[in-house]
Amino acid sequence: MDAALMGSPSAAAAGDAPTSGEHRMGTTIVGVCYDGGVVLAADSRTSTGMYVANRASDKITQLTDNVYVCRSGSAADTQVISDYVRYFLHQHTIQLGQPATVKVAANLIRLLAYQNKNMLQAGMIVGGWDKYEGGQIFSVPLGGTILRQPFAIGGSGSSYLYGLLDHEWKEGMSQEEAEKFVVKVVSLAMARDGASGGVVRTVTINSDGVSRKFYPGDKLPLWHEELEPQNSLLDILAAGNTDPMVQ
Amino acid sequence: MSSIGTGYDLSVTTFSPDGRVFQVEYAGKAVDNSGTVVGIKCKDGIVLGVEKLVTSKMILKGSNRRLHSVHRHSGLAVAGLAADGRQIVSRAKSEAASYEKVYGEPMPVKELADRVASYVHLCTLYWWLRPFGCGVILGGYDRDGPQLYMIEPSGLSYKYFGAALGKGRQAAKTEIEKLKLSELTCREGIVEVAKIIYGVHDEAKDKDFELELSWVCDESNRQHEKVPDDLVEQAKAAAQAALEEMDAD
Repeated sequence: MDAALMGSPSAAAAGDAPTSGEHRMGTTIVGVCYDGGVVLAADSRTSTGMYVANRASDKITQLTDNVYVCRSGSAADTQVISDYVRYFLHQHTIQLGQPATVKVAANLIRLLAYQNKNMLQAGMIVGGWDKYEGGQIFSVPLGGTILRQPFAIGGSGSSYLYGLLDHEWKEGMSQEEAEKFVVKVVSLAMARDGASGGVVRTVTINSDGVSRKFYPGDKLPLWHEELEPQNSLLDILAAGNTDPMVQ
Repeated sequence: MSSIGTGYDLSVTTFSPDGRVFQVEYAGKAVDNSGTVVGIKCKDGIVLGVEKLVTSKMILKGSNRRLHSVHRHSGLAVAGLAADGRQIVSRAKSEAASYEKVYGEPMPVKELADRVASYVHLCTLYWWLRPFGCGVILGGYDRDGPQLYMIEPSGLSYKYFGAALGKGRQAAKTEIEKLKLSELTCREGIVEVAKIIYGVHDEAKDKDFELELSWVCDESNRQHEKVPDDLVEQAKAAAQAALEEMDAD
């Protein structure tokens, strides 16, 4: 039995229903520090094998008031990890009488990811803001390492992005620059990676709080050789074009 | 009941009719008879000082320490039964280590004090346990700055600017109250602590003692460390000079 994954469409065995797979998040996720905070961004495709189980999923999950996490890999595994960590952080916040730091959140995710590495398929990027260290990004990839980085990328789509971010990421971006940057980066990966797609969601966290933004799939920039979005192939036929795939 | 007494002081699980637990109060007596232990919070850190009474000339200097490190940023001074204190230190160390493993950052001093106090208190709840015959002063430095806590055998724990336990605690406390702790640096603080320990030492009753000093402050890079030997010697010299001056008056 396959489960839904956020990311790469795995080929279902011949004869199996296209929906019988694990839900995977064949994903593109990004976290970027800017001057004063962080921006997290993600695509929205969740697939079971070749079938898109959800085209508008939210892969950026809240852990505390000031810490969010981008999820990639198995949808179920990363949901459970987030649920546990949210619960632990809630307890911790009550115990300490003050908000948990981003580092604590990332470390709890790492602890679960590492101790259960044989059972989990989870790659996560933790981002948030706290009064001690400001905006921070931690990536917790498959094996359960923890790594603080000025920016992090993850999911199947990220392989198309390494060079781009190495080249174009710069320190001390403004909030507007950073938000524009992540949307560009995620939409580029969505264009190349078949397991990423749908819409782009972003979460911006800084000393003022959190703001979410939504970029519909038909409002995203078109990249090299991409086709204009169509509501229906029938519209094209109605326009008198005999071959809808050739415009 | 064949023996004398009311019988209300035999178990830690028996209250007296007026609501006291005598066994815990007796544990407090073990602390009151101990060598003096002092802790002060200066503007840049914490200084802990112990008057370690030496019961025999055969004992090696530096042994039976009453000042312990709990983790990088905090230390614990024991008054009362030193062996009981080591159990508390060991528990404090494992609490600090497990906290850091789970949360990935050093344990806040308040949290450490709470957990150690809970452990001490736990031992006052069961008939098969004996309360700890020691009180501890816990000093540490975290993101909220330097902090000082004292934990009593009952499990009570309060946060202090200056704390003292043991025989000379009353005199020590009046001396601490005279200090301007908000302006004092730890470097000055060790001299004051040394003066207090030397001042309250009763040469008639207790022959010999060793001065133990530790600090956790900006100068020690927020690490809990033994005060360097040269500074201890300076502090001792200053304390002895102050004593002689007092005697001369």
